[in-house]
Amino acid sequence: MTLLTLENMKTDIGQYSVLHDVSFSVPEGGVFVLLGRNGAGKTTTLRSIMGLWKPSPGSVRFRGDDITDLHTADIARKGIAYVPENMGIFGTLSVAENLILATAKGQFDQNRLDRVQVLFPALKTFWTKQAWSLSGGQKQMLAVARAIIEPRALILIDEPTKGLAPSIVAAMAEAFSEIAETTTILLVEQNFSFARQIGRDMAVIEDGRIVHTGSMADFVADKALQSRLLSLSA
Amino acid sequence: MQQISNTLERFGGVNLLPLLLAVLAFLLIGAPSSWATLTVAGLAMGMMLFLMASGLSLIFGLMDVLNFGHSAFVSFGAFVAASVLSALGGWLASDSITLNALALTFAILAAMSFGLIVGWLFETVIIRPVYHDHLRQILITMGALIVSEQIILAVWGGNPITVHRPHFLEGAWIIGDVSIEIYRVFAFLLGLAAFIGLYLVLNRTRIGLLVRAGVENREMVEALGFRIDRLFIGVFMVGSALAAIGGAMWAGYETLITPALGGEMMIVVFIVVIIGGLGSIEGTLLGALLVGLTANYVGFLAPKLALASNMILMIIILLWRPSGLRPAAK
Amino acid sequence: MQARQTYGAIGIKAAVLLIGGLLLFAPFLFQDVRALEVAARICVFIVLVASYDLLIGYTGIVSFAHTMFFGFGAYGAAILLRLMGPGWDAVILGGLLGVVASLIVATAVGLLSLRVKAIFFAMITLATASVVLVLASQLSQFTGGEDGITYRVPDLFKPATKLLLDDNGKVVKWFGVSLNGKIAAYYFVFFTSLALFIAMLKVVAAPLGTVLKAIRENEARAEAIGYRVVAYRTFVFCLSAAVASLAGTVYAVWLKYTGPDTVLSFAIMIDILLMVVIGGMGTMWGAVIGTVLMVLAQYYLRDLMGAASEAVSSLPLLPDLLNPDRWLLWLGLIFILLVYFFPRGITGTLMQKGSRQ
Repeated sequence: MTLLTLENMKTDIGQYSVLHDVSFSVPEGGVFVLLGRNGAGKTTTLRSIMGLWKPSPGSVRFRGDDITDLHTADIARKGIAYVPENMGIFGTLSVAENLILATAKGQFDQNRLDRVQVLFPALKTFWTKQAWSLSGGQKQMLAVARAIIEPRALILIDEPTKGLAPSIVAAMAEAFSEIAETTTILLVEQNFSFARQIGRDMAVIEDGRIVHTGSMADFVADKALQSRLLSLSA
Repeated sequence: MQQISNTLERFGGVNLLPLLLAVLAFLLIGAPSSWATLTVAGLAMGMMLFLMASGLSLIFGLMDVLNFGHSAFVSFGAFVAASVLSALGGWLASDSITLNALALTFAILAAMSFGLIVGWLFETVIIRPVYHDHLRQILITMGALIVSEQIILAVWGGNPITVHRPHFLEGAWIIGDVSIEIYRVFAFLLGLAAFIGLYLVLNRTRIGLLVRAGVENREMVEALGFRIDRLFIGVFMVGSALAAIGGAMWAGYETLITPALGGEMMIVVFIVVIIGGLGSIEGTLLGALLVGLTANYVGFLAPKLALASNMILMIIILLWRPSGLRPAAK
Repeated sequence: MQARQTYGAIGIKAAVLLIGGLLLFAPFLFQDVRALEVAARICVFIVLVASYDLLIGYTGIVSFAHTMFFGFGAYGAAILLRLMGPGWDAVILGGLLGVVASLIVATAVGLLSLRVKAIFFAMITLATASVVLVLASQLSQFTGGEDGITYRVPDLFKPATKLLLDDNGKVVKWFGVSLNGKIAAYYFVFFTSLALFIAMLKVVAAPLGTVLKAIRENEARAEAIGYRVVAYRTFVFCLSAAVASLAGTVYAVWLKYTGPDTVLSFAIMIDILLMVVIGGMGTMWGAVIGTVLMVLAQYYLRDLMGAASEAVSSLPLLPDLLNPDRWLLWLGLIFILLVYFFPRGITGTLMQKGSRQ
């Protein structure tokens, strides 16, 4: 079943046209990877889904509803979480405050809290610390934890492995696989070796256009296609 | 140098500046009684400035909106309160403290309600259409300031208006050879109460949590599912109401007000938030106290310099910290 | 290759030319004292407003210190004319001093505030200007305080000076106008203003103008391309300050009086803002249109409001609102509406109209 559909999305930032024609569908369940090199329009795609930039023309449909013109906050309330490239951590707030802020009612659901703390034990250690004092990896964990502390149908994640140590990337891959069992993830990456571990379906974006869509398994098998589309796996 | 600043940081860092200033002034002034009077006056003035400036700072922090019309709320507050007090002149003149206090309460409430209502109007009509356009924002709020000043002139006329103070706030306490004006103590306490109230709301409530997060990263709060623009109306209204209360207190402090009040206070309020750093009430408090104390000390030590002193203070602090003493993290 | 101009743009340029022509022949066309005052004020303010447009229109930053620079130039000339007596040396030296003071203050303010946030700049210029205003009224031994300074200007500009004599030794009249020092003074104002305005047109037409527009459109991108935004902004701020200062010197020579109300007050700053926004930011032509409309309104709208106020004198509050002293109220409202609905002002809006295929 299709969860999210982008149709002919064109997004301008100021006077610059960043996305020219982006269409793809994210099926429910698993990890969908959007690959592309720097400046290809990955971040803009996610921001356009979140309503932080408004595409025109083009549409975003989520579970069949048109959400293109909704306010960012209302899009989030439909069940979409967003983990931006800079992680969007509130540095002056404590780890606990960062998390409780993300709950709809202002209190934790014990089951979900337990799950988050099992997934990311480090957060419990720094529970009352101000978030700016966390390491890069811990911040990334907090950002992801914040996205799953409420039940969501879809999580948009922007280059979570950027600048992280290999051991942390491995832990992250594990966590994502586990999260993906219950929640669909739309992951934006240029780190192909990370993306191939966890991705089920995928698309490639280049210069603001989708140039390939298909399953990750097929893509991994087709070396010729890879070398044509990705000079970015390094 | 690094060590000194580290040590300072451990003992409270920039928060110590007002204290440092007070000690310095004590050495320069020499006479403890004059120093005490000036310090009380400076603290009272600082707290009133805090009332006027805190809203401006929060409004900017949350929405990147710099409201040049903010000082219109200060002058409206002053004139509304003065009108209420003069209408309730009978109560003020009576010996009953209850009636006195009631008149004062009504005056402050009137100023506050005015700030809330006009703040709401101002936000929805004037500011909303130009949220993300700084140039037009500055121009439009400046236009609104011009119009507000003209309305004050049309309604209250151009002549100075005498403000009646309640009886029980007149006079001074004499402790030894130090005389402390009661009104100043009252102004200080009211400002302090406002600070504590704001502090508790910001640090102990969910709305406060949203405001603090919003000041840091508005987009992310929205991406978590909260409408910052709706929250912002509330902050704008409260900020405007605080400015109006500040204006009302200032009217009682000066006892003679003119329509030029808004323009004069605007400069001081700007200097306060620039010094303190935009977006945090702790910074605003710090800036307000520094400006209040400096104005009073310099006014005593070198009256000719008094008017330029705020400016000098601002330049020194900006050279040291270009974003102000305690700006909100962005 | 240049796109063909719209009819609106042609109309605006024609209007500007017409204004220029009217100003050139003003002494002969409008033969009364008040009209000549208005014409001279328009000349000076066109330069002042255009120099402000250089800043606000081409970099998108708002300064509230423009009258301060205007005042530096005016006070520089005024103080030296009083100290050194009426001579060209005093005018030139005073003008230079004004420019130097303006450059120093502009550089300091620019470097102090532009590197943090453009919005700081608006606040800091406001604070600086207000302190200078206070200083001008306090340092009365130099500035004459609130009363200002009255002085004599070079002999050429004395009303009694005869520029051309006829055979009888009387001053020559052209079209019924005596060619006396007043005329010389007017043409001094007119031609200096014209020269300054043309110089500014050249600046915005030069490559610098393109860079400035790039900065206004997109700061981050301009920075990425490699333009040093802060340095450019500070440079433009200095340039506009220097021109404003020169305009101040010219005005001081024309008025033979300099005081806070004529060159330094916040009211003038508001006038400049209104003129540039009403005229249209970022076009230079807008400065001409806005200034002419505003100055005419200042001199003649009040009469109209006075009449209106009389007419409704029996109603409550309305007479107060229509009082000629309250004219800023209505201008303020017009200003707000303009910024909402026509942020490009008169020229910007008209210049887009009537495109030719």
